Amino acid sequence: MSNLFDLLVAGLATGAIYALVAVGFTLLWQTSQTINFAQGEFVMLPAFLMLAAMHAGAPFWLAIILGILLSMLLLGLAFKMLLVDPMMRHGVLPLAIATMALAIGIKESVKQFFSAEASPFPSIVPTGDISILGHAVSLQSIGVLVVAILAVFGLTSLLNRTSLGHQMQAAAQNPTVARIIGVPVERMILLTFLINAFLVALASLLITPIYLAKFSSGEVLGQAAFIAAIVGGFNQVRGAIAGGLLIGVLDNLAASYVSTQYRAAVPLIFLIVVILFRPQGLLGRAEERTA
Amino acid sequence: MNGFGKPLKIALGLIVIAGLIIVPMNFNRYGLFILSQWAVMTIAAMGLNLTLGYAGQVSLAQGAFVGIGAYAAAIMTTHGWPLPAAIVVAVLLSFGVGWVLGYPALRVQHHYLAFVTLAFSTLAFLVFRNESWLTGGIYGISNIPRPHIFGIATNKPLPFYYVCLGSLAIVSLAVWWLIRSPWGRAFMALRENPLRAQSLGIDTRRYTLMAFAIGSALGGVAGALYAPLTQYIDPVPFNLSLSLDLLMMVIVGGAGFYFGPFLGAMIAVLLPEWLRFTEGYYLMLYAIAVMLLLIWSPTGILGILDRYLADRRTKAASALRAVAKSRLETVQ
Repeated sequence: MSNLFDLLVAGLATGAIYALVAVGFTLLWQTSQTINFAQGEFVMLPAFLMLAAMHAGAPFWLAIILGILLSMLLLGLAFKMLLVDPMMRHGVLPLAIATMALAIGIKESVKQFFSAEASPFPSIVPTGDISILGHAVSLQSIGVLVVAILAVFGLTSLLNRTSLGHQMQAAAQNPTVARIIGVPVERMILLTFLINAFLVALASLLITPIYLAKFSSGEVLGQAAFIAAIVGGFNQVRGAIAGGLLIGVLDNLAASYVSTQYRAAVPLIFLIVVILFRPQGLLGRAEERTA
Repeated sequence: MNGFGKPLKIALGLIVIAGLIIVPMNFNRYGLFILSQWAVMTIAAMGLNLTLGYAGQVSLAQGAFVGIGAYAAAIMTTHGWPLPAAIVVAVLLSFGVGWVLGYPALRVQHHYLAFVTLAFSTLAFLVFRNESWLTGGIYGISNIPRPHIFGIATNKPLPFYYVCLGSLAIVSLAVWWLIRSPWGRAFMALRENPLRAQSLGIDTRRYTLMAFAIGSALGGVAGALYAPLTQYIDPVPFNLSLSLDLLMMVIVGGAGFYFGPFLGAMIAVLLPEWLRFTEGYYLMLYAIAVMLLLIWSPTGILGILDRYLADRRTKAASALRAVAKSRLETVQ
């Protein structure tokens, strides 16, 4: 049983990171019908921005702030203005393809300008174990879980309790009516892009100490977040959170109970089953705004 | 594409075909390999263009079918079977699997379908990698023989390039015929308005499955040629990025245009080679080029041409109208 407990904690920790990324993913979909195939690379990049800042001599805390600000500038503002805005009116598919090209571009840029090797990344949480209920649990897992939960909690309170959040939801659910009642829809969409950039930067900060900073690490992560978003419900923030946690746990359990070779297959099969029998996702609403 | 005269079009086509036959004769080994790869990828992209461009069914699994075809060919030819037999098996196999993959499309559409096929693509990759009793696992299958066609050995790069080109020609003709047949019309009806297609008596269920199966079968053909082309296969080339690359080829070339896959594959296979002098930057430049192109014309390269020709036609038509009108006025 102790093994199962460890697996659950580790699974929840990675799942919480998936959830952060998946939430950003669903936010972009809701407000602008962007299926961001580069979301995994979006998580990979901020770690390198932070590393670059540290190479330039900045202390770790400053590098984190710079990294987050730069990613909001590049992955939020520039991504929206340069790629999404010109393509939004042409429908879902061309934009999705453009983000695939963007993913290649980001990956290759990091490989070219930084390094093709994996680089170690400092952890914001001290390493070591603490004992909970007689189990040794790594501080890192706990730290990741706490930060991710705080972030998700902050975001949901922003969305549900503030006027700004209500405006964002209105802009996502029905832009035409939102515009009529005076919601600055364009600004709200931009805001979701900035929030997504912040979330991926945070996820980057949390996951890179565990998996190292590598130009290709976005592929696995992007796919996990992707699956989490769909499984949970593509049009629901809380769905994406549940999906992320579920996929994290499922992935960890599959690795030790199914087979290491086919661990990646379990979430995929789960994804296919969910799409076929409950396409709106486990927590999603059935109705869809877009055709 | 009706802006050119018919004889001009035929002449242009003949020049291109003659060029493809004659020019590579003094190419080196690598040049021929790249050109053969272009022919193979064009076949796979044509299959996806049928599924996506004509029938409107999003698939992110074409790379998996190239893999299925490649493994079928590699396993059979290394066990002494001739390549044509392997191609038949590859086609049947990918047709069958493609048919089955079409079933989700009956339930879900658009991005959901994209996700299901994406998951399938990764699952296929896992099978290629893990079932080492069949596929050789991560070590792959080496020493894949090249065929004898009409008693001529195609071990050398040039003869095998002609095998690829000939296969491309056969597939092109078959697709040309298909999209002009009632089936092609049914596919397009499916894309434009499935409900209306059904009300006109088109069995949308069957045609959706067919669109997947035929498109996938062409992926299988491409794979069956890819294996003897590289003479060594392992799971890596058939991962998700091949499916994404093929999708990019179709969209960049122009989805739903007959010549789209030819151009798209040219850009995806040849452009990185031409950019190779930039060394490490070539994939970056390629990615930027694709993004700029899509921002400029989301319907791909042929979309630009199509718009230009449509513009010219409307201008010509309105000029004719103006002339006719002024004539009427002078008569009065």
